[in-house]
Amino acid sequence: MAHFDEKAKPFSHQWLNERLAIDTVKKVMSSEYWIPKDINFLWAMGMILAATFGLLVISGIFLLMYYQPDTAKAFDSVNYTIMTEVGYGWLWRHIHGVGASLVFLIIYIHMFTGIYYGSYKRGREMIWLSGMLLFVLFSAEAFSGYMLPWGQMSYWAGMVITNLFGGFTPDLAGGALNFPGFVEWLRGDYVPAQAFLSRFFMLHVFLLPLAIIGVIVLHFATLRIPHVNNQEGAEIDFEESARLYKDGKKKESKVIPFSPVFLSKDVFVMGVYFILFFYLVFFHFDFAMDPVNFDPANGLKTPLHIYPEWYFLWSYEVLRPFSFNIGLVAFAFAQVAFFLLPFLDKSPVVAPASRRGLFHIWFWLMIIDMIVLSVMGKLPPEGAWNIIGFGAAVVFILLFVALPFITKNEKKA
Amino acid sequence: MNSRRDFMGMALGGFTALGGIGALYAMKRSWDPLPSVKSAGFTTIDLSGAVENVLNVEKWRGKPIFVLKLAADAPKSPRQITVGGSRYLVVIGLCTHLGCIPSFDIAADNKNKFKCACHGGEYDINAVETFGPPPRPLDIPPFKLSGTSLVLGEEGPEYKKMLASGLTLKV
Amino acid sequence: MKEFKILAIVVFFSLVLYWGVEPFAHSQMHKHVESNNFIYDGKSDIAEATAKIATAKEVKKGVVEAEAKLVAKKAFWAEVAETAKLKGDAVAGEAAFAACMGCHNGAGVNMGGVIPPNLDHAGSLYDKNYLIALVKDPAMASNTDHKFADTMMHPMGSVKAMITTPQDIANVVAYLTTKKVGKLTPKVAFMEACGRCHTNKYGKMTPLGETPSFKTEKEALAHNIKVLDEQDLIKKYMGNLPPDLSMMARARSEHFMETFVENPQSQLAGTSMPRTGLSEKGFEEVYAYLNETGDPSKSARTPLGIAVLIFFGIFTVLAYLWKKHQWHDLH
Repeated sequence: MAHFDEKAKPFSHQWLNERLAIDTVKKVMSSEYWIPKDINFLWAMGMILAATFGLLVISGIFLLMYYQPDTAKAFDSVNYTIMTEVGYGWLWRHIHGVGASLVFLIIYIHMFTGIYYGSYKRGREMIWLSGMLLFVLFSAEAFSGYMLPWGQMSYWAGMVITNLFGGFTPDLAGGALNFPGFVEWLRGDYVPAQAFLSRFFMLHVFLLPLAIIGVIVLHFATLRIPHVNNQEGAEIDFEESARLYKDGKKKESKVIPFSPVFLSKDVFVMGVYFILFFYLVFFHFDFAMDPVNFDPANGLKTPLHIYPEWYFLWSYEVLRPFSFNIGLVAFAFAQVAFFLLPFLDKSPVVAPASRRGLFHIWFWLMIIDMIVLSVMGKLPPEGAWNIIGFGAAVVFILLFVALPFITKNEKKA
Repeated sequence: MNSRRDFMGMALGGFTALGGIGALYAMKRSWDPLPSVKSAGFTTIDLSGAVENVLNVEKWRGKPIFVLKLAADAPKSPRQITVGGSRYLVVIGLCTHLGCIPSFDIAADNKNKFKCACHGGEYDINAVETFGPPPRPLDIPPFKLSGTSLVLGEEGPEYKKMLASGLTLKV
Repeated sequence: MKEFKILAIVVFFSLVLYWGVEPFAHSQMHKHVESNNFIYDGKSDIAEATAKIATAKEVKKGVVEAEAKLVAKKAFWAEVAETAKLKGDAVAGEAAFAACMGCHNGAGVNMGGVIPPNLDHAGSLYDKNYLIALVKDPAMASNTDHKFADTMMHPMGSVKAMITTPQDIANVVAYLTTKKVGKLTPKVAFMEACGRCHTNKYGKMTPLGETPSFKTEKEALAHNIKVLDEQDLIKKYMGNLPPDLSMMARARSEHFMETFVENPQSQLAGTSMPRTGLSEKGFEEVYAYLNETGDPSKSARTPLGIAVLIFFGIFTVLAYLWKKHQWHDLH
């Protein structure tokens, strides 16, 4: 039985400490949670993601208060009730829409920071895998949320994406890999209708956020033992550096505590980010709130152009230029390819890509290729665009196939 | 003693898993399309008023159904349905690529075609794919002839014959 | 400094991506239609007719008809330009206008597909040149002549038999542009120019006007049935029920609407929507109404946006000073 001081005042430091070990928690979680000093602003992306997720949750709560998941009312509950009647309802919606888009921009920056500095291997595999799991969950969250305003893009994106789950064409393997019934099961109807809207509503406001929060906790936990990487990929003796820091030899120490030192930089970067964020919310939101979705859903009229939100374009374009079955395989590959990164990279070197020879070229090719894929994914699939898209999709796949070979013989830095 | 406790633990775990499977089955069933949704799927279309080369769009199970009375000089195809001496094309108006609704373009020389705006797929007058990503012709909905009408959702002998000869997929 | 270099790279790639998927992709997806600054001189109609000849030649069908159509369009708009030069007599025009009152009387009865509009604000809503063209031949003026084998079949086609000489036309138009210029509000502009075919749910507008509030459910249902009956007639005439315009201010750009209103065929070839002939002022009022219903937060966004940005500007400066303090003894 632990020792409780009878004289301690309720809720005093001592009283709380005896019950909750707040001193230990504070040490472990912040004041002696050591972060390398040799970092740049890209290391703030994690906190920026947490902050954006927070904004999405808060704005989502207020949208949820007036939204009606009914195919006859959903469009008007968003566009009339929320946008015109609810006090600052438009503000919550703009924050939610722009936030959903920006969260992916930051995820991509966060991901490519990890790839550039080799922060996914040599003990950091679980950080990478839990992060990729978050990417998938955020994608599902974004997709399910996109259904809710029940506009033209909601409806047709729902139709096109759920159709992908019908499997391969029936002429392949005698139809063994064709499951049209699965699409109807997923939708709860023959087409996206009431059952479809209600179940995606449930996923969007409950199950997926719950899973996201759980995996965020896991993602933070995966960081604690291998520690955050640094700009040079240097191996740091954290105990030695922590002792130096605590002895006041801050200049000699290679680490800083999470709070308040690391946090102070995060908060500054966050400030800069919020300026961009709210500029977009108030003055430049069309990129995140497609005008086509302000036309109500109509199952008998396909919009002239159907395209996903920008953050799905690259994987959409890996699907599109191929024939149906091959496209489906390529698309499935694109979804899991990044999960495999720690195992495809055969080099033990943890260093910035600039010091890794061929991998450096691989990195920039990948970025350029994904941008090309994204642009081609939005353009109508005609003529030259189709050919460029096809080339970029092939390059994307080849880059992953080539990765083990180009990293195998990499010289140790 | 130890092995016995392990056995009991495994027995408990296995038994719990059995319950879990049962619960999963219940969840799967809850996610199924409702009976009322499934039974709402029968539509009767009257063909007597159809006009040649004018595309009529009906609705069946939330899907657009293209009903087209073919001109006398239109090319013949086993995909057509003959009712009262006239030939009709009755297909589900959803592109077999990713489900958009193709438009019907009237063109010269009987080259009328269906064109999908989404990904550029094209079908000829008998809704057989001629260009682009569509993997197969537009599907024919299950139908049953009844005088000058068609009942969609019921499988008549004509439909079963088409199905058996691989002219369409079961939808 | 290294961080600025990294920032520059991140910003560069983000902007390239943005440019590619937004301005560039949209410029490729939507054909650009030049605005004609609300001048109704038939330029786009003649261009369309010319393009149709080329298409007809390609499919080797209907070339003669297409060529005849071009001649007719050219002749029509040339005559409109001639009539526009005449000086109209508003007093004589008022007498001639009596012929119009048979239909344009505000009785709210559907005639041949739509309820003829009340013309109390015609002088402020519509362009003078367009009014001349419309009185001369409604189907040609509204660029819907492709729907009619004989333009007399247009619901307003009979005007061609009633007001015939260029001087009569000039007189009636002079009357409309000088006397029928009541005060225009956004709502009135919408009701007269768009409201006969389009609803605006959020503004409670139907082809029967603004929906009043009803005491009993029965009255409300009776009114709904009247609206549905009217919409059936519109549907029969237009081929399709014209879309609700509540959210159009967000669904289409201002440039799209401007060019669409000038000539619907330019943006949606084959649409049954007629050209309405709004003047610049008329369009501004209609657009204001669409913004009232579709984007009412527009005016609130800018001041609040500036305030929020100033807040985060100061926040960032303070955060920078705190960071500097925390890091001052680290290097």
